[in-house]
Amino acid sequence: MPDQTIPAPSLFGRWRALPKDSIPKTLFVAITLCLFCSMIVAFAAVSMRPLQEANKLRDMQVNILQVAGLYDKDRPVDELFTAFTPKIVDLEAGIFTDQFDDTGFNPVSAARDPELSIALTDDPAIISRRGNFARVYLLHDAAGVLDRVIVPVYGAGLWGRMHGFIALQEDGNEIYGLQFYQHAETPGLGDRIDKPDWRRSWNGQMLRNAAGDLKIAIATGTPTEEMKSHHIDGLAGATLTARGVDNLVRFWMGEQGFGPFLANLKAGAI
Amino acid sequence: MAQNRRKILLDPLVDNNPIALQVLGVCSALAVTSSLQVAVIMSLAVISVAALSGLFISMLRNHIPSSIRIIVQMTIIASLVILVDQVLKAFAYDMSKTLSVFVGLIITNCIIMGRAEAFAMQNPPLESFVDGIGNGLGYGIILLVVGTIRELFGAGELFGFTILATVDQGGWYVPNGLLLLPPSAFFIIGLLIWALRTWKPDQVEEAEFKIQTVEDH
Repeated sequence: MPDQTIPAPSLFGRWRALPKDSIPKTLFVAITLCLFCSMIVAFAAVSMRPLQEANKLRDMQVNILQVAGLYDKDRPVDELFTAFTPKIVDLEAGIFTDQFDDTGFNPVSAARDPELSIALTDDPAIISRRGNFARVYLLHDAAGVLDRVIVPVYGAGLWGRMHGFIALQEDGNEIYGLQFYQHAETPGLGDRIDKPDWRRSWNGQMLRNAAGDLKIAIATGTPTEEMKSHHIDGLAGATLTARGVDNLVRFWMGEQGFGPFLANLKAGAI
Repeated sequence: MAQNRRKILLDPLVDNNPIALQVLGVCSALAVTSSLQVAVIMSLAVISVAALSGLFISMLRNHIPSSIRIIVQMTIIASLVILVDQVLKAFAYDMSKTLSVFVGLIITNCIIMGRAEAFAMQNPPLESFVDGIGNGLGYGIILLVVGTIRELFGAGELFGFTILATVDQGGWYVPNGLLLLPPSAFFIIGLLIWALRTWKPDQVEEAEFKIQTVEDH
């Protein structure tokens, strides 16, 4: 009588017979799960990116409208936003440039491009490179006379970079408003930089004194008579955030930032 | 079976509430309850992550090697949280800005890890899904109560609509600014736990130490 041989188990059968805590199965579960989860996450990120980008753009537009005092939540953002004339400014010369197609210019990537930016040695806002060009938004009144100009500013805060806009009156000196749309400051302390009561303290303050010196400063205590129109009250419990805001405002309003542009604006040269 | 699921769903609301009885997930409850709208969105996010992570972990429970089970649970939970975060960024951008890091921190919410490890690893998928919804709801109920108290008395509003006209808008109500700060949620949650344990004394934990009485000599 021939021996009843047990058929050798198939590869799959042997795999199934392995206990779930064996090393091959552990590795298999770990690798499969990681691959599967990363595919899901990547798919979600890629498929929803256009919507997220549109939201980001809209959020920025809302912030520009708010800082310019034009925001009206009952009217569509796109329609309100047509009030602005976007222009690209050559920071070095302080004049408008037509070098770029407006929609094609991306200030964020331009600030990284060695061709379009400079490395800073004197860098109070801690941004390491500054783009040579920036997009500003001009607001004209009904008669077509320049009313306000909105310029972008950014710089290091306590936990990360703070991004915002400053709206200036047509003289390029009186502040109409300051607003941050992106920051990572401490909730409850540093994040008061985007709360209305502190934002309001910037309204109507002057960047420069009559002699043209940049005087705007965030400080504590009672300002002297001379500093009164350049003084912003500091934030208790958020000294480093306030210092960051002070540095970035003074940097962007100064000679390395929009200084030349604002001087031209004041002189009526552009 | 249906009776059992009902119990799994409703138990965490009052009798076995993850915040009030187990005192888990308190960190985010402090941070996201300053207004009701934020509390509602956060609750929905936690409910969906808790339910789906329970479902998926339970489906895989017979194949997850015990040596790496925590990290496997973590991977599943983290993927779901990233999904929720992406969806919020795409469809509720303002909310995702307000919630900022707290959506991402759902990953470390002890309620979700706790349910994955304690329930989903031992129970079938449907029960685990229901358990996740129940615990998410239990978390949400506390968030809503705390959010209502904080927004109403801290800002005089509910869902952003003025209920008590505050003084700075020409009304009569002087808002309590403390209620808008995170520590106030600590007090409110503490008082809620006290109230709940007075109502249901069986939730009171036994004292770990007892002061012994000295016997007379």
